[in-house]
Amino acid sequence: MSQEIIELTAETTQPGVSRRNFIKGAIAASAAVSSSNYLFRANGGAVLAQSPAAGAVERLITLNINGRSRRLEVPPMETLATSLRYKLGLTGTKIGCDRAECGACTVLVDGVPHYSCSLLTHTVRGREVTTIEGLEAEDGTLHPMQQAVMEEQGFQCAFCMSGFIMNTVALLEDYANPTRKEAAQWLSGNLCRCADYDKILTSVMRAAAITRGA
Amino acid sequence: MADYKLLGKNYQTPDLYAKVTGRSKYAEDFRAEGMVFCKLLVSPMPHARVLSRDTSAAEALPGVVGILTADDIPEPSSATSEASLTDEPRYEGEPILAVAAVDEQTASEAIELINLELEPLEFVLDPLDSLRPGGPNALTAETEEGGTVRINTMRGREPGEIKWTEADVAGLAPGEIPMNAEATAEWEVGDVAAGFAEADVILEENSYFQSLSHQPLESRTTMAYWDGGKLYVYPSVQSTARSVGPMARYAGIEPSDVVLVNEFTGGGFGGKISGYAQAQIPILLSKKIGKPVMMRVTRRDETSFGKARPGVQARIKLGMRRDGRITAVEIHAVGDGGPYGRSGDHMGVGNIGSLAYQPVAMRMRGTGVYTNTPPRGAQRAPGGEQSMTMLSPIIQKAAKQLGLDQVEVLKINAPEGQARFGPPGRDGQQGNVSSAFAREAIDKGAELFNWRERIQRSGRRTGSKLTGIGVALSSFAAGASGVDGLFVIKPDGRMYIKSGIGNLGTGSTFDMMRAAAEGMEMPWEKCEVAWGDTSRHLPWSCSQGGSSTTHAHTRANWAAALDARQKLQEIAARDLGGSASDYEIGGERVYRRGNRSQGLSFARAAQRAIEIGGKYDGHELPEDINGMTTASATALASQGLMGVAKDNFEEGGRRMSFVAGFAEVEVDTETGDVRLIDYAAGCDAGTIIHPKTFEGQIFGGAIQGFSVALSQKWVYDRRWGLLVAKRFYSNRPPGILDVPHEQPMKWAAANLPDPFNPLGAKGIGEAAQGAGSGAVVVAIADALGEENGNFYRSPITRDMILTQLEQAPRGHDRLTAHV
Repeated sequence: MSQEIIELTAETTQPGVSRRNFIKGAIAASAAVSSSNYLFRANGGAVLAQSPAAGAVERLITLNINGRSRRLEVPPMETLATSLRYKLGLTGTKIGCDRAECGACTVLVDGVPHYSCSLLTHTVRGREVTTIEGLEAEDGTLHPMQQAVMEEQGFQCAFCMSGFIMNTVALLEDYANPTRKEAAQWLSGNLCRCADYDKILTSVMRAAAITRGA
Repeated sequence: MADYKLLGKNYQTPDLYAKVTGRSKYAEDFRAEGMVFCKLLVSPMPHARVLSRDTSAAEALPGVVGILTADDIPEPSSATSEASLTDEPRYEGEPILAVAAVDEQTASEAIELINLELEPLEFVLDPLDSLRPGGPNALTAETEEGGTVRINTMRGREPGEIKWTEADVAGLAPGEIPMNAEATAEWEVGDVAAGFAEADVILEENSYFQSLSHQPLESRTTMAYWDGGKLYVYPSVQSTARSVGPMARYAGIEPSDVVLVNEFTGGGFGGKISGYAQAQIPILLSKKIGKPVMMRVTRRDETSFGKARPGVQARIKLGMRRDGRITAVEIHAVGDGGPYGRSGDHMGVGNIGSLAYQPVAMRMRGTGVYTNTPPRGAQRAPGGEQSMTMLSPIIQKAAKQLGLDQVEVLKINAPEGQARFGPPGRDGQQGNVSSAFAREAIDKGAELFNWRERIQRSGRRTGSKLTGIGVALSSFAAGASGVDGLFVIKPDGRMYIKSGIGNLGTGSTFDMMRAAAEGMEMPWEKCEVAWGDTSRHLPWSCSQGGSSTTHAHTRANWAAALDARQKLQEIAARDLGGSASDYEIGGERVYRRGNRSQGLSFARAAQRAIEIGGKYDGHELPEDINGMTTASATALASQGLMGVAKDNFEEGGRRMSFVAGFAEVEVDTETGDVRLIDYAAGCDAGTIIHPKTFEGQIFGGAIQGFSVALSQKWVYDRRWGLLVAKRFYSNRPPGILDVPHEQPMKWAAANLPDPFNPLGAKGIGEAAQGAGSGAVVVAIADALGEENGNFYRSPITRDMILTQLEQAPRGHDRLTAHV
């Protein structure tokens, strides 16, 4: 997000600076960014073109998101939730607490559920990240859990929904026939403040049935 | 029981696909070109005055775009009104100023560079501290003469001060409220002295109900920008139509200059009904700097200013006759109004109690006290939740002492028909409910729960565990009226229904539109609902609070359907001869009675409506609809056959619904752990419109009730006045393993129509909570027995149970707040 804003700001306040030159300058200086947080505060200021400091962390990284390769500018302290929501336009992953307390931000990394608010984006380089937006097939066919939620009218405000769905996707990969109790234990890292747990579990059991071909 | 095609049936709400695919956008998901972020500098103290602010270093930081302070905010309307920013913060975490910058990190760094000089002021955490002689006061106000006066309460709209006298406190033990101390509100019905004289059991207890935060999973993040003199605002609110007015007020503009977009809200529970003071921050900041501002409210900030339920400390005296009838109730209740007052809840203990238990005589007295803790607001059944939780164990104890069955006692005292309740009005008469099928609800629940068999397990020991069985009857508000319905049937034969109802997940945004479709006998597949964006021409609607929507909008949409039906009949008569009453509606046609072929399809009639104009296509509108509906309908003119009407159906009293909750718990005497084995509910909410969303309210409410009974509370550092339990992990809402999860829970409804709603429907969301908390509190008492089981204090945590069982010293008295 800050990248877009900087580009726009640079264009409007310094007509002599082209986007291309700006980005080139940004990449050249990227090594310096880890030591200086002031690069991306253009506000009309010039790009700082310092020589790369030893041991500096590269900021332009490639991620595998929902099966596609995405290249983006990420400071090392940025969380995956922030990168998804503000740099990739993937707002389906929600931030409920930003401190690994609620699970609203759950995504899959190599198929394993993680709290994306507590994962540094740099640590998922080279790994497969799956978000709620990546669940449906190319032809629009929904994942069994998505289908089941629609059939059972699962969830209320649905702010916790994408986290629960992603966690359930992982559950059903490992266990096609969980009991309701096992499903609850698996999902105990996801909070639902509307307390729709009863209907959520019914949706999960329906999703398992759909997965098994029922 | 009417035979409906759509009402009472499950269906998939049209927002589900967006939700399951992650396409649904909440406030923080919107983006605008040039958008910047603001962070808040909040008060580190419970009560302070800002003596000076130096923001120069912050404003000079590259990337900082602007600052908003109390100087930029219009003067609040009174000394006790909440402002969005203030130089006299009255609770820890109250916003003092806001900084906008290109990203949050910059904004946060800028805040660190701001120098504030703060003078600490006197603060109050526990209302009783303020009432005791010589106790502190939470606020000061300026008098007209220019002096200051310390205030701790409000009498009507006048700030004032109440202190218990030496006579009040003489002989009072710690943890007691003087029943006859001065109060700011009171009412009385019947002869209380005679009622107690008639009682065979009299119980008198001091009881504590905790303050607790709403904690919606989505905070009140808000984004705003201005364009062409209009405000575009993306708040997290519970209502759509009703939020326009508050947003306009925050902005200082006319409501017609506001575009509000709010299609999905991540929970509210009463804390975001139609706005919140902090929405003014991005609104005014974006105006000041000329850029869109995203105010992302963190979890910590949400706990600070996201509203909370007023705690109540009360002295309750109850008399019961040997046949189980409650002959008298006397209550003195103190409500924690936070820093800006919320004076109703503690009186609600009496109001709602008088409905659910119909005491022969009652005296209710109460005082709301200001404290320097988070601002209070309505939270799911405000006053009612406290009432059910505090009164249920007292009723149960009396019943047991008389050897009576608790279900029978609830039925003996239950309201029916148009029962009277609450304070007497100006005419000396109490108000009444429109309908009450409470006994039927109790019976349904008892049957589902198998009460007769389960109560045999009462107190049964298995190893270290004791089984407890409990029942509670809960009631709360269930319907507003007098709002508008609006839809258009277009020449494509489809029905376009407008919903001004906010979508916080209850389903009512769409469920209530089914009433319009039902009225037109329209297949649901041919209906489209517009909601969530006020530029889509939405009608005036009720607030999404008070469980108002189901009743209000079934009525309003039915009225709109009757309007459209009449118009269709008139068009048919005009084109085919005869009078309107010769025609009827069915199968998407209007036709001569008994002769389907002599008629018009809806599609054709819609085309005719456009050709004829006038009232048929919205060029002429009813005079009594709200201005918002008029503006919306005007914009929709010439599009087809318009159904538009205000709900003028008759009124029969206040709408209230009833839930009887039944719980089985297991208390571990070694660990103090309370496990919920099972819960079932019997309900009266009139006609059920959508069973699955109804179920969501019954169990969602019950579970929030479980956490009131078992776990959630604030804990304060009393020396510094700072909240310790700020986040989910320290003030944990119930998780999936905390509630019965091995089998689905059960519910049943009486499904008997309210006679004053043509569709018979009432709301349900709030009555459901007291059923959960009341039943669990009663079940714990049942498990542990009369000597050890009654705490008269919520939540009942493990340490309380163990302390009681071990007869160990408690460390605080019965009524101490926030420990």
